[in-house]
Amino acid sequence: MSVTPGAHLTKAEVDALGVELDALHDEIRADLGQRDADYIRKVVDAQHKLELGGRLTGLFSILPPMWLASVTMLSSAKIIADMEIGHNVMHGQWDWMRDPSLHSSTFEWDTVSTSAHWKHTHNYLHHTYTNVIGKDRDLGYTVMRVSGDQPWKPVYLAQPLYNALIAATFEYSIALYDLEFEELVAGNLSVREYTGRMVTMWQKILKQGAKDYVVWPLLSGISAPTTIAANISANVIRNVWAHTIIFCGHFPDGGGTFTEDDIAGETRGEWYLRQMEGSCNISGGELLHLMSGNLSYQIEHHIFPDLPSNRYKEIAPRVQEICERYGIEYSTGPLWKQYGQTVKRIVRFAFPGGAKSEQREVDPERTSQRNPRVQEAADAQDRRKARGVRAAGARQAPVKVAAARDTSRSTTVSAPASR
Amino acid sequence: MPQGDTLAEPTARRRLLDLAGVMTTPLLPDDYLTAVNPLWAFSELRGRIEQIIPRTREAATIVIRPGRRWPGHRAGQHLALGVDVDGVRHWRSYSLTSDPRRPDGCISVTVKAVDGGTVSSHLVYRAAVGDLIRLGPPEGEFVLPRDAGQRPMLFITAGSGITPVMSMLRELESAGALGDVVHVHSERTADQVIFGPELRRLADEQATVVRHERHTHAAPRLAPTDLDELCPDWRERDTYACGPMGLLDAVEAHYAAAGLTERLAIERFEIALIGADPGDGGTATIGDLTFESAAGVPLLVSGEDAGLVLRSGCRMGICHTCVCTLVDGQARDLRTGELIRDPGADVQLCVSAAAGDLTLQAAKA
Repeated sequence: MSVTPGAHLTKAEVDALGVELDALHDEIRADLGQRDADYIRKVVDAQHKLELGGRLTGLFSILPPMWLASVTMLSSAKIIADMEIGHNVMHGQWDWMRDPSLHSSTFEWDTVSTSAHWKHTHNYLHHTYTNVIGKDRDLGYTVMRVSGDQPWKPVYLAQPLYNALIAATFEYSIALYDLEFEELVAGNLSVREYTGRMVTMWQKILKQGAKDYVVWPLLSGISAPTTIAANISANVIRNVWAHTIIFCGHFPDGGGTFTEDDIAGETRGEWYLRQMEGSCNISGGELLHLMSGNLSYQIEHHIFPDLPSNRYKEIAPRVQEICERYGIEYSTGPLWKQYGQTVKRIVRFAFPGGAKSEQREVDPERTSQRNPRVQEAADAQDRRKARGVRAAGARQAPVKVAAARDTSRSTTVSAPASR
Repeated sequence: MPQGDTLAEPTARRRLLDLAGVMTTPLLPDDYLTAVNPLWAFSELRGRIEQIIPRTREAATIVIRPGRRWPGHRAGQHLALGVDVDGVRHWRSYSLTSDPRRPDGCISVTVKAVDGGTVSSHLVYRAAVGDLIRLGPPEGEFVLPRDAGQRPMLFITAGSGITPVMSMLRELESAGALGDVVHVHSERTADQVIFGPELRRLADEQATVVRHERHTHAAPRLAPTDLDELCPDWRERDTYACGPMGLLDAVEAHYAAAGLTERLAIERFEIALIGADPGDGGTATIGDLTFESAAGVPLLVSGEDAGLVLRSGCRMGICHTCVCTLVDGQARDLRTGELIRDPGADVQLCVSAAAGDLTLQAAKA
């Protein structure tokens, strides 16, 4: 099912798409202001109050209604903290406010994976190489087969089973995943660096564990066992929910995959195309959008990962219109449908076979006759972007560099960094 | 952003906060405390606007109730205010105009709206009572000695240069220490004198206070040579001067020529930045953050424009809150035009620009 992004479009059309989306991004950025700040502060305030409520009711969790209230409030608080606040803050969506408590460089979130590791594997690797087989580690999260282009191994037969395990323990799975064990095996990561990541991971795990499973239970006195149960429940609910939403982002039927050949010398327009063709939305009401951290607007998020999440629903009709005009699939559907397709995909690719990459007919100008000067300029621009630098004279915009911990590898690639 | 870490926290309270932090990680106890009362913050200084008093058409006094960590200030000091304008936090320094002994514990600044000034126009025209603002710690050496009032004093002020002196006069008055004081003030018109009525009342009520007001729409600008006429015994007085750069430079030279430099204390609101070399500008790297910095633009400004949150204070090269260490490349000191090129040298981001690509290391917080 892997295809060259936007195979039906000419080079000129793809370039025009890039220009149009850049303009949309810049228009929204220029418009950010008080109402956006009010929105995120309202969400943060509500989250703090929910968490406080969940903790306080937990002190009396020996009473079943209190237990239920605690689990409800705490799981909601953790979901909002990690999805609508944490994930989006770490993308730099709120950097423009210059508030250290909402800034990507200082934010730490309420899960066991550390923000530093996450920003590298998610913001940089996943958002740059979205759905590129062998490049985007989120494609199967290095342990699952979700495309016919991935060679089959017998272990994948068990993936429907361990997918459920991953869902329940999602925060730990992500923490482990962020260590990039396969890079250690491949020799791209030094033992020293890997050990360092392990140590920071364990520090975070211990801190999180002490809070949820020692300190608050101790404070609960007689309610200690039920508080532990409530806190485990809240974490598991958050884990399963986050897993569900995140897997619906790229694995339903609309989520195309790509090969490294597809992205060789990719232009800005082609990068946008791949993001749109590789991402899937979830339709639903206000509550779904809030609780999914607006990842229900995965397409909008993937083309503009640094625009504040409250703006995604506002630009969705315009993005959809652009998709229609350019004949690009805008994949969306209710949660049950998107999740059903995700599960189907995980089950299907547990077995050998499955559709493989099919090279479509592409406008020859886009592949063989790239204008060398245009390409050179695009590469230079990509390099600047990869370093987090905007062209001089660019309007005030948050500049985030992809985590620079791993410069040895980030300098060898020349794909556009996520903006 | 000026953080409160320059303020010592009592050890016992520090330990208690660390303990509470175990319960709130990865957030801070502050995050929950401030959900109850916005001023209950330990990790940063906050304040709430209690009152806004219009002074002239374009100036207003902002009375602020500081949070519990406010350490108190000395008359003449200034502080940085972190003000959110259209959702974006801006830090600016203002002189404290309040009497440090003010009974209600509030502090105040008096702000004159500057043309195109994001923060000053916001504070004067749009801020509202109840608004929350961030505070930097009190800073500055332009303060009265502990035994102020024992010796004769001369205050030379012009325009908004009156603001730190107002705090001094108020403290001297409330402490009953207003001794032999001469105040020379210059402003365009009588109406535009900030604190005009209060200053005039002070001179009327206190026999030892002599005031001279110069209105420059009708008279020549104040020059240090006028002192011989306005305050013939100026050589015998402890002198405090605050105002525009031209006046201060002239006063400074005048006192130096008379060999009286040590009798003069000066507070500058602005610094003379020289034009940068046209070849300047480049890519600046601080830690793992990178941004473009144009020639002649302070690194602090280009960094903030690029969305970074950088530590800063006075924004005029005096408080060293924003100082970073040069690792590689070179910077230009915009005050002197000198190149800073030794690795390990200090670079004050607010008064230095990139002179080519450079790498900096943030000072340890």
